[in-house]
Amino acid sequence: MPSRRRALLVLAALIGLALLSLLLALAAGSLPVAATDVLRALSGESGGLAIEVIQGLRLPRALAAFACGGLLALAGALMQVLLRNPLADPYVLGISGGAAVGALSAMLAGLTLALMNLAAFAGALAAMLLVFGLAHGDSSWTRTRLLLTGVIVAAGCGAIVALILSIAPEDDLRGMLFWLMGDLGQAISPWPALVVLALGLLVTLPFARELNLLARGDTLAQALGVSVKHVKHGIYLLASLLTAVAVTTAGSIGFIGLVVPHLVRLAMIRLGWGNDQRLLLPAAALAGGSLLVLADTLARTVIAPQQLPVGVLTALLGVPVFLFLLGRQPNERQ
Amino acid sequence: MNMPLLEAMQLEVNIGGHSVCRKLDWRVGAGESWAILGRNGAGKSTLLATLAGLRAQNKGRLSIAGLALPHASQGQGARAMARVRGYLSQHQIDPFASTVMESVLVGRHPHLGRWDWESTEDRRIAGAALNEVYLGGFAEREVQTLSGGERQRLALAQLLAQEPQLFLLDEPLTHLDLSHQVAVMELFVRRATAGAAIVAVLHDPGFAARYCRQALLLFGNGEWLAGPADEVINSTNLTRLYGHSLRELRADGDRWFVPG
Repeated sequence: MPSRRRALLVLAALIGLALLSLLLALAAGSLPVAATDVLRALSGESGGLAIEVIQGLRLPRALAAFACGGLLALAGALMQVLLRNPLADPYVLGISGGAAVGALSAMLAGLTLALMNLAAFAGALAAMLLVFGLAHGDSSWTRTRLLLTGVIVAAGCGAIVALILSIAPEDDLRGMLFWLMGDLGQAISPWPALVVLALGLLVTLPFARELNLLARGDTLAQALGVSVKHVKHGIYLLASLLTAVAVTTAGSIGFIGLVVPHLVRLAMIRLGWGNDQRLLLPAAALAGGSLLVLADTLARTVIAPQQLPVGVLTALLGVPVFLFLLGRQPNERQ
Repeated sequence: MNMPLLEAMQLEVNIGGHSVCRKLDWRVGAGESWAILGRNGAGKSTLLATLAGLRAQNKGRLSIAGLALPHASQGQGARAMARVRGYLSQHQIDPFASTVMESVLVGRHPHLGRWDWESTEDRRIAGAALNEVYLGGFAEREVQTLSGGERQRLALAQLLAQEPQLFLLDEPLTHLDLSHQVAVMELFVRRATAGAAIVAVLHDPGFAARYCRQALLLFGNGEWLAGPADEVINSTNLTRLYGHSLRELRADGDRWFVPG
């Protein structure tokens, strides 16, 4: 494990990376902007098209991207510990399915963007409570039972989404598909997601060592003084809430939640720091945020003025990087 | 009056419709070393997990250092309980990638505050624990490269780093070669001499007779027998315990039991 000092250094470096990615997002776009304009916009000056574009469009969008990426990476890291399964991602337990049913129903009914976000959040919470209630049934609450319940609820939501897509009028289809693939253009305000991300980190970090123990098995964790049942319930509810907020802000952006925690974990293992959640959780949140900011900047600029759904880019970028790292990971370290 | 570290009163433990023990009245005090003997499926591990507070008893009262179980080992009290009793599980779960030192430091968890990181003192304790199980040079090795016996000793080192007063050991000698079996039993005898209490599930009655002062026999039908090892461990009781006749051999003051 890293020493506390080294962990803080790594986090400071990642914060620097996050700031750089945000600056890049502010400077890049179909309207070219000078570096001085970026600084003037950030210092609160007004006047000029470039400054208005930065303050009114690019900054909120970049912050929303950062918050969503952070939320998804943090939720994914928590789910991977909770289920002790490297395949777990924030959506594995049906949260995005529930949100999609809510959002697409709202679009079908022609509701406003705000109401659609509300419906997505309600759908996510409904799926979360459904899975929790069903898996909790006889209080045994094993990982397999939780996973199976989540997968089944997700499958049910998938069927409803397919149904909505098949009966929706042509005009709505494009918006629905963008929502399903994840799109930051629909983010109204970055602040709820940023606040929830900060709160999520504040709540989980004091429990990070407990999560380290949980990753080594329930019996060991309980014997060493972790209140396993409470911590597991807490992680589940928190990870679900983080996911619900991210999905409500920007639709179901894939891949970040699965791959960023893995990338960070692989990097930490290669550096000989093991799988310490005290560094992994904040590092994953910062890396996830930066990655989504960069991916969204690309999504806005690659074939500008047309925009791509950012979820497509996260996957296109993430798949080769991940496979490369996985392939280079030695099976046994001496 | 000296409070027992572990106390069972009229304890009843069942698993899968099978009775492990009925009306067990039993006290384990500081400095005592108990062997739990019984055939496969008698419920030795179930009883040990119950004693650790990891599963609830069916009837009766159970307490560790005066704190009632299973309540005291769950929720808020779990950390305080972990500073008193340590539990070695029979099954070691493969963690995510981790070094030997990290795995041992996990044992320090109940001694660390919420925001604490492991201190140099914690690392010293962990290093000493590794030395005690002859894993001194292994600190930076990846756990997944260890053999079965080395992993078992790693689990023991983790337990030593936890520094509990009451050691509940489920088959501590699994996967160990003979010399390490002896070394591990001697190390726990030293702990008992220093004032800890040991309760160990063992399979070799000879080891139990040699290293433990007391023994608890579980007959598999809810009946039990507890007392000084010299009295309780004899060929008559063992023949009944294992359902196979055993003969006692004596050599240099030690007693060994072989199938008859």
